[in-house]
Amino acid sequence: MLRFFIRRALLAVLTLFAISVSTFLLFFAVPANPVATMCGNRICPESTQKQITHDLGLDQPLITQYTEYMKGVFVGRTIGSGPTAKECPAPCLGYSFRTGQPVWDIIKNGLPVSMSIVIGAAVVWLTIGLVLGTAAALRRGGALDKFSVGFSLGGASMQIFVLGPILVAVFVYGLGWLPRPTYTSPLVNPLAWATGLILPWVTLGAINSAPYTRLSRAQMLETLSEDYVRTARAKGLTRREVNYRHALRAAITPIVTIAGLDIGINLGGVVITETTFNLQGVGRYAVQAINDLNLPIVMATVLLAATFIVVANVVVDMLYATIDPRVKLS
Amino acid sequence: MTTSPSSPASGPYLDVKDLRVRFSTEDGVVRAVDGVSFQLERGKTLGIVGESGSGKSVTSMSIMGLHNPKRTAMSGEIRVGGTDVLKLSEDKIRRLRGQAMAMIFQDPLSSLHPYYTIGRQIVEAYRVHHDVSKAKAQKRAIEMLDRVGIPQPQKRFEQYPHEFSGGMRQRAMIAMSLINDPDLLIADEPTTALDVTVQAQILDLLESLQKEFNSAIILITHDLGVVAQVADDVLVMYGGRAVEYGNAEQVLRAAQMPYTWGLLSSIPSVHGDSDADLVPIKGNPPSLINLPPGCSFHPRCRYAMLNGGPCDQEVPELLPVQGEVGHLVACHLPDQFRKDTYVNEIAQTGVAVVSEELA
Repeated sequence: MLRFFIRRALLAVLTLFAISVSTFLLFFAVPANPVATMCGNRICPESTQKQITHDLGLDQPLITQYTEYMKGVFVGRTIGSGPTAKECPAPCLGYSFRTGQPVWDIIKNGLPVSMSIVIGAAVVWLTIGLVLGTAAALRRGGALDKFSVGFSLGGASMQIFVLGPILVAVFVYGLGWLPRPTYTSPLVNPLAWATGLILPWVTLGAINSAPYTRLSRAQMLETLSEDYVRTARAKGLTRREVNYRHALRAAITPIVTIAGLDIGINLGGVVITETTFNLQGVGRYAVQAINDLNLPIVMATVLLAATFIVVANVVVDMLYATIDPRVKLS
Repeated sequence: MTTSPSSPASGPYLDVKDLRVRFSTEDGVVRAVDGVSFQLERGKTLGIVGESGSGKSVTSMSIMGLHNPKRTAMSGEIRVGGTDVLKLSEDKIRRLRGQAMAMIFQDPLSSLHPYYTIGRQIVEAYRVHHDVSKAKAQKRAIEMLDRVGIPQPQKRFEQYPHEFSGGMRQRAMIAMSLINDPDLLIADEPTTALDVTVQAQILDLLESLQKEFNSAIILITHDLGVVAQVADDVLVMYGGRAVEYGNAEQVLRAAQMPYTWGLLSSIPSVHGDSDADLVPIKGNPPSLINLPPGCSFHPRCRYAMLNGGPCDQEVPELLPVQGEVGHLVACHLPDQFRKDTYVNEIAQTGVAVVSEELA
């Protein structure tokens, strides 16, 4: 287990290194002129341009710039020199070209929002998916089964930016049961956090639950026809014990894997949900930054998303080994 | 055991009468079992022999009540210890399963749950019918593992099925099925997935356990060698019907039905002529949706219509063979012709003799 973990951690570091290098190179491949962005002036005096270029280190060789950036991430660095020099403590991801805000602060603002949305929505989609999919498989061909098939088809063709506004119109403006979706830190007011995010959770959760419903149903149907389920029945176990302790237990394994990866991918930002509900999460910062050619933020959000995916992969592998005794981590 | 049905003072423990099992499918009605009857006493072994799709597994699943009642139409009688299990509610038959009657399956790897330890699965089988503490059930499970010849049962108890070898897995499966002292054990091709050397060990184990527990055993197999080794009675099934029934001596050494002859001649014999070819049964098993009219074996039968008989029109009844008590056969051929043909053409392949000598 430990050896596996170390190997996977090393591999993760290598992956992140490759991603950081390629993003960094993209940084320079795009036809962006950070100097002009930062100068602000339409007609930027040449001396200012030079100063900014120097402050950003853009006059340095690429390798130096990369090592400086990475050094900043781990130990912090000083950006620029002379009177305009800024001390950027670790983890230093640079400064926004637009506002001069440290990128780390922006991430710190956006990440709890994105994480809250994704974790809550994941609870919703896993609950709906597992309950509906399992129930449908157990009553194959029945009304609930037909509903589940229709539901997953409908869910798969529904869009967040359609369902979201409808829910807001009904529950916020129509019935007035819920406040407008906002983000409140759960540390400040857990109730406001939950009520403010319930609509995004339900929207993203319901739409994402469609594939989970299908998967749970298919997995459950498969395990129900397994020999070991027949053995469980032959032992005289009750229907409930057979269905849940034997069939569902085996059906759940691939669902855990996919859910882990899905959550990892979503943590890097759920742009459409954030935009639909006007929540300032990582995904929205990233899109704004791309529009503005605000490269430090783009770089940071890409690295963040990559980190989540890499970590999710390792977590899923370890979970898998815990769930399935046949899988050996070595 | 306290809750097992009280068996009548005399008579067979298992009594199947005119069992018919049908499944409705999109392609039509599958007559999986069509009027099968047999009896089995405690301490005796019945071998049910036939090709895939002959209805032998469906019969055993019916006894266990494992068919989905929504898709299965069953009629006839299956009396287990006097109780007709076909008339029992799902909950009542569930209480008999694993308790009065238990089953072991062909492939022990896929029949054991991959995510639970062997011990846990055996303990579960015990506790579902016995209200005892985990520790007590555990002790009993380890005893059973030891009894079926698994070395280091304490250690093996904690292991998963994939950590067992094929033979050990089947032993664990047997331990699990016998932990509640069932009066009836159904073994559905218990040795098919195992090495030949392990096969013999498992069969020996079943025999010695049978002596110890005095249980009735149904052994389902397509292997006449296995039948010769352990069965007291033999039922040969074809196309969902019983075509020959009798004690092992009668069916294996004085077979009367051309299908049984086919089975006997298609098995290699160590003592036979090494240059002689095996004689396969030509053709394929019939579709259970569209059984051939008359004797369902007639399209594959070398002797069909020999005397212009009604083989392609009338379903032969299962009738006693002249001069042999308890030996029944469903065939239109005349008695004397069958006896002569067996002696002259079939007897020298003698699989039964060979297997018994090897065992």
